[in-house]
Amino acid sequence: MRNPHRTQKIAFSLLFLATLLIVVPVGIIVVIIIQKGLPAMSWQFLTDIPRQGMRAGGIFPAIVGTLYLVTGAILFALPIGLLAAVYLSEYSKDNILNRLIRLAIVNLAGVPSVVYGLFGLALFVVFFKFGASILSGSLTLGIMILPIIITTSREALESVPQSFREVSLSLGVSKWQTIRHIVLPNAIPGILTGTILGLGRAAGETAPILFTVAAFYLPQLPDSIFDQAMALPYHLYVISTQVPNVDEKIRYGTALVLLAMVLFMNLIAIIIRYRFRKLKKW
Amino acid sequence: MRKTKEFIIEKLILVCGLASIFFVVLIFLFLLKEGLALFNIVGPLKFLFGKSWYPISEPPQLGILPLILGSLLVTFGAAIISIPIGIGCAIYIAEIAPLKIKEVLKAGIELLAAIPSVVLGFIGIVTLVPLVKNVFHLPTGLTALSGSIMLAFMAMPTIVSIAEDALYSVPKNYKEGAFALGATHWQTIWRVMLPAASSGIVAAVMLGIGRVIGETMAVMMITGNAAVIPNSILAPVRTLTATIAAEMGEAVVGSEHYFALFAIGIVLFVISFAINATADLFLHKRQ
Repeated sequence: MRNPHRTQKIAFSLLFLATLLIVVPVGIIVVIIIQKGLPAMSWQFLTDIPRQGMRAGGIFPAIVGTLYLVTGAILFALPIGLLAAVYLSEYSKDNILNRLIRLAIVNLAGVPSVVYGLFGLALFVVFFKFGASILSGSLTLGIMILPIIITTSREALESVPQSFREVSLSLGVSKWQTIRHIVLPNAIPGILTGTILGLGRAAGETAPILFTVAAFYLPQLPDSIFDQAMALPYHLYVISTQVPNVDEKIRYGTALVLLAMVLFMNLIAIIIRYRFRKLKKW
Repeated sequence: MRKTKEFIIEKLILVCGLASIFFVVLIFLFLLKEGLALFNIVGPLKFLFGKSWYPISEPPQLGILPLILGSLLVTFGAAIISIPIGIGCAIYIAEIAPLKIKEVLKAGIELLAAIPSVVLGFIGIVTLVPLVKNVFHLPTGLTALSGSIMLAFMAMPTIVSIAEDALYSVPKNYKEGAFALGATHWQTIWRVMLPAASSGIVAAVMLGIGRVIGETMAVMMITGNAAVIPNSILAPVRTLTATIAAEMGEAVVGSEHYFALFAIGIVLFVISFAINATADLFLHKRQ
């Protein structure tokens, strides 16, 4: 007969191995990018325009383009997402409509990113005639991050204790005032976390901006929201697959800046969540 | 005055609440608007099962079977790698790891989920592709296998976090009951916890696979982009997503090629809708 304790030992070792198989490569990836990307870091790399067909110079227009896109996306997605979360958490009843909204959010989150690109192309670029522009790209990214913002904001709102609302309502305060002055302020850290996660996602996505905004090579800053712009993720794609003989340093440097940007946002989100958990008074 | 203001605000909230339904419908409608025009030129069956994809030859041949098979092959490979490892890792985090290590591991998984796919694609080009090339002595390392390995990594965070949630929400008394009967920890996990969490784990796997099918950039960068019916996992392939991303830039708005790429978008949308709706059903069943 088999010894159950030995079986357990073998099984647990295998599980540990599985965990290592995920975590170790992640560590290696981050270390490689930092190690090989750091030598490229300089003030000039970060603030200069790309030169010699992107084989020299810096990545400033790509950084600026990404910042514009991310700002535009959040300006669009945050108000809609927040109010949608308020609806789901405070107003909706457990009925078929609620189920439908939930299903829609799940599917919106699951739509492949390149399909968002197609949609943005068909609706904003062609139908509304915005052309390939920062506006089209921002709106496309905004719709893409909507589910993240709705889901996290809703969780934040729902974690505010019911008694807060009851006390406020019993004092004769109206429902909207209760939400505005009691529920929302208490949910701000959670909403902020979701917003920042959405920002990080928008900053790193490439496929939705391929045909809605991204310029292959545009060594100048955009003047208005109707201009095309370079963006970091697309720039990394271009210099690592489309342009031959790009100095390795520039590739790794670009990857490092993009990774740092995205991870920095995630780090802030984690810190806010952590501090909020500690400060929570209820 | 205040009443009107509240009335307006509450209506606005309702409208935003409905926004996600509106956007899903809008996405589908616009894909249909641009994609259905194709079927005046090519029949749906000929489109789905046509064996050659030469969109810019004259006349264009628009059969997406090679692309579908490419997607399936890469996804299948990624599933084989990511399902056992992902579920194993979820069990380890949920049941075995000490609290402190657990936090570190979870942060590592979140880190992986946050890395942009174009960065993973880049890393794949510089590390994985040469490795595959040398190990299997191939003319190029840009193969379905490289894509599968990379995509397995991208599916991992989804699988691990949802499966871990499912294991975590198994009632504590199930576990205590098994211990009280003298079962070892592993026996408890294998015979009690896993079956109890099965619907959540199925959902985790489905969502992971959904992520793999929809992934675009990494897969476009490292699978070699050959739109032919793949004969082995060591051959270059092209997926549905990569085809759209790679070719839409050159397609002329209103051309057959343009319509065909939107038609591929419809196929992808329908697949992801089916996967997500079913996974949600499994998740819902648990609660």
